[in-house]
Amino acid sequence: MDIETLQSFEWGMMAPEFIILGVATILTLLDLFLPKRFNRKHLGWLAFAGVLAAIVSSVTLIGHDTDSILFDTFRLDSFAKAFKLLLLTGAALVLLLAVDYEPKEGMAEYRGEFFYLFLAALLGAMMMSSSGDLITLFVGLELLSISSYILAGLKKQNLKSNESAMKYVINGSISTAITLFGMSYVYGMTGTTNLKAMAGTLASLSEQQHIYILGMAFLMIFIGLSFKLASAPFHMWAPDVYEGAPTPVTAFLSVVSKTAGFIIMIRIMFSIFAAVPTGGQEAVPMLFEMQDYLAFLAGATMIVGNVVALRQRNIKRLFAYSSIAHAGYILVAFTAMSYVMFDSIWFYMLAYLFMNLGAFAIIQLLTANSGNEDISEFAGLYRRSPLLAVAMAILILSLAGIPGTAGFIGKLNIFMGALMVEPAHYVLVSIMIAATVVSYFYYFGIMTQMFFRPAAEGQGKIKLQTGITAAIAICTAATVIFGVMPQLAFDFLQTNFNQFVDFMQ
Amino acid sequence: MNGFYLSLLVFSPLLGLLLLAFMPRENEKGIKFLGFLATLPALVLSLMAYAAYQGGKGLDEFSERVRWIQFGGFGAIDENLYTVFYELGIDGFSLLMIVLTTVLATLASIASFHVKKEWKGYFMLFLLLEIGMLGVFTAQNLILFFLFFEITLVPMFFLIGKWGYFEKEKAAYSFLIYNGLGSAVLLIVIMVLFARTGTTNIEALKILVNSDNSQLVAPISESLKLGLLIALLVAFGVKLPIFPLHSWMLRVHVEAPPSIVMLHSGILLKIGAFGLIRFGLGIFPEQFRDLSVLLAVLGVVNLLYGAFMAFIQDDFKMVLAYSSISHMGIVLIGLGALNEAGIQGAIFQVVSHGLISALLFFLVSVLYERVQTTNIANLGGLAQGMPLTAGFLLAGAMASLGLPGMSGFISEFMAFMGLFREMPVLAAVGTLGIIMTAVYLLRAVLAITYGRSDREFAGITDIRSYEWAPVLILVGLIILIGVYPAVLSQPIESIVLGIGG
Repeated sequence: MDIETLQSFEWGMMAPEFIILGVATILTLLDLFLPKRFNRKHLGWLAFAGVLAAIVSSVTLIGHDTDSILFDTFRLDSFAKAFKLLLLTGAALVLLLAVDYEPKEGMAEYRGEFFYLFLAALLGAMMMSSSGDLITLFVGLELLSISSYILAGLKKQNLKSNESAMKYVINGSISTAITLFGMSYVYGMTGTTNLKAMAGTLASLSEQQHIYILGMAFLMIFIGLSFKLASAPFHMWAPDVYEGAPTPVTAFLSVVSKTAGFIIMIRIMFSIFAAVPTGGQEAVPMLFEMQDYLAFLAGATMIVGNVVALRQRNIKRLFAYSSIAHAGYILVAFTAMSYVMFDSIWFYMLAYLFMNLGAFAIIQLLTANSGNEDISEFAGLYRRSPLLAVAMAILILSLAGIPGTAGFIGKLNIFMGALMVEPAHYVLVSIMIAATVVSYFYYFGIMTQMFFRPAAEGQGKIKLQTGITAAIAICTAATVIFGVMPQLAFDFLQTNFNQFVDFMQ
Repeated sequence: MNGFYLSLLVFSPLLGLLLLAFMPRENEKGIKFLGFLATLPALVLSLMAYAAYQGGKGLDEFSERVRWIQFGGFGAIDENLYTVFYELGIDGFSLLMIVLTTVLATLASIASFHVKKEWKGYFMLFLLLEIGMLGVFTAQNLILFFLFFEITLVPMFFLIGKWGYFEKEKAAYSFLIYNGLGSAVLLIVIMVLFARTGTTNIEALKILVNSDNSQLVAPISESLKLGLLIALLVAFGVKLPIFPLHSWMLRVHVEAPPSIVMLHSGILLKIGAFGLIRFGLGIFPEQFRDLSVLLAVLGVVNLLYGAFMAFIQDDFKMVLAYSSISHMGIVLIGLGALNEAGIQGAIFQVVSHGLISALLFFLVSVLYERVQTTNIANLGGLAQGMPLTAGFLLAGAMASLGLPGMSGFISEFMAFMGLFREMPVLAAVGTLGIIMTAVYLLRAVLAITYGRSDREFAGITDIRSYEWAPVLILVGLIILIGVYPAVLSQPIESIVLGIGG
């Protein structure tokens, strides 16, 4: 590739990625050369500023035409723009948590790594949302995964953190291997790694028997990616990793990493397998033929997540199972494949981002000092700090899907999508609603602790730090605003992204 | 009248809620008084609406409608497809329910003066509960209805779990799970209707679902309609409660603070009946007719089961709880009859039982405040120590068992008249329940007032000062309805005529 070809690309489309990359590089260098006594907390604010700049530049790109550069490997379509905004907002909030993270055993000497690893992981996720090629998708996935492995083990002196990192590496690599194996079949059948070209080749599939190989490939890719989503039965790693990892990392895994998982899933599945004809009497694409399997996994995920969460005493494990359940809810929207699928997944992700990150902010605030992560840490929170308790109550109600919060509107959207298609997914919707009721048990269990139980002896006022307070305030406000006036988000979607029609153009 | 009268009415408790947030936590008197004042605007507004209606004003003029959410972005195809409006409105039935709600809320806030701790949190939740209840009766579409319906759930959970008696948390959880399941089923019905028709407006649904060639997004088959109605029956059956789904309600009646039970048995249970009449009967009239025998049978079962169980209870609160189940059976009987008299009886029973049970639970609150027990054996001889309370208790019981001249009589009479016309045998079995009602109520009340007195009543005061207000108002209303039932029958005339056979 000569210099003229390079210059001919419109690099401005990648501005947000370049900003993140640049800031991550600067942070690495600064961390290396700055004197030891320099407080690395300031690096966190720099990272935060970088993410904000990236958000601004993504917003300016919203009006940009759908286009691709680098030989179709980097796409800027509505899907990329919309989900990139989610990733960036989530990462910004996670960084607010990370700046104020002060575990008991201390982590001053590798604090710098904390921030630029977040950025590296974020970069990977952003690449995935914009990628139009299996190679870049996979590189993005690996960048995200490897950074997350290190992040999970960042509390080097802590046994559980080490265990968490170890489990994550092993499970993650196996899942990556399975994904890659699945991809290799598709590559073998089409001879290209470009998603659009693949779809073109597969649309005119000559040999009917190939459909079975593609089926294998579909299931392998789906299973491999299910690890990233932490959907049942591939969720086993999640509770251990969530429990051991530092709280901001847990928040990152449960929100940003999960969003990225759905992004790559949609990219691959809808690009490749929606194009494969199945041949039978009614020529539906292979993706629709696979709905039953997806529905089964979605149902299992919701049930397992919510039922196992009932028995958890550790708050981070509890939220691990809760986030498994939420992955199940989003899988329902994915399974239904209705006209509103993108909208409902995007909106649910948005709601989930705020409610879950807000909850993790409060969890971090309460558990970081004492190091105790038992649910009883919440006892008497209403007495100690009424505002904090009310904020947590709002976030929990939203997670439980009570009306008046963003979580409820998100669920409505998913129900609507699942019921408007023909045949409607009655069973799946019923499971989802029943699972939601089960979730009341453990969500209201936290409420019971906060409002009914007396506080333990000797617990004074809670020290509020800037970053975390800002995160809690933003998340709670957003949860209520999007619950009462969801039209703000819907209008934004409808005016700017036009039903994501340019997904495959 | 201006365009947001109903919004003002529904959200008026919010003002008090905000003011309460700035009150210092220890100011007991101030908080209680403010909590009481905060229920007044809604009361005044609802009475004004009622007066305006009696003065000949059309109820349509109260309607309001604002675009709220549009799902899915189908704006290009049809502007209103999958759009949820913020729309409030009232008809005669909901007007009655709103007046009942505001009256009982004000009286319950007076009863709440007996609350012993954390008044601030209590009254804030109390007002939130009132908003939810008012919203349920004014919502003009199913999503909005569901929203307000769930808003009542959360404050109730806390009010029971924090301010209740010994097994309060268990009661709170059982309330949460039963009602959570009920509303889950309701949500399925709502979402199926919404996804398939593209609207949740109740009036629009009545037309869309029942005309043969209406333009739907996806078809609704006959069996689906029946399924949806049965689901509605389950959803509201939990709330009402209908026989096998009632156990949560006993716990709530016994464990929750009496002031909250006044609202719970007075209003919240009635949401079940309201929903069945409004949605079940309104949206699925044909299927409702198919199920009418089932409803009547369930009604008789409720009536008899409640009555027999009430007969063997030791705790007065348990007697009242089973009596509520029994009385809700009469609502079902009226609905099952599905003729003019039956429906009218059902609606009468809804209002009348709301007043009577509020009166009885207020008296329970007065009693418990003084003697710290509701066990019938321990209460014996009340007439010596607290003659006024005992007298009103007897009056309440008389109203409850259907003494002519009081509201209970009219409703029972009408409901049974309806059923005798349609299913005489079943109705004959049901009348056993009426006799049993007299038996269990007299057994309990006579044991309390005249029974052997095991205690000294020295130093125990009778009804005093502010406690007079709820008692007199409730007894007054009960007698008013009993003597001059037109106050109820006139607003619901159009509804009854619309359905009547």
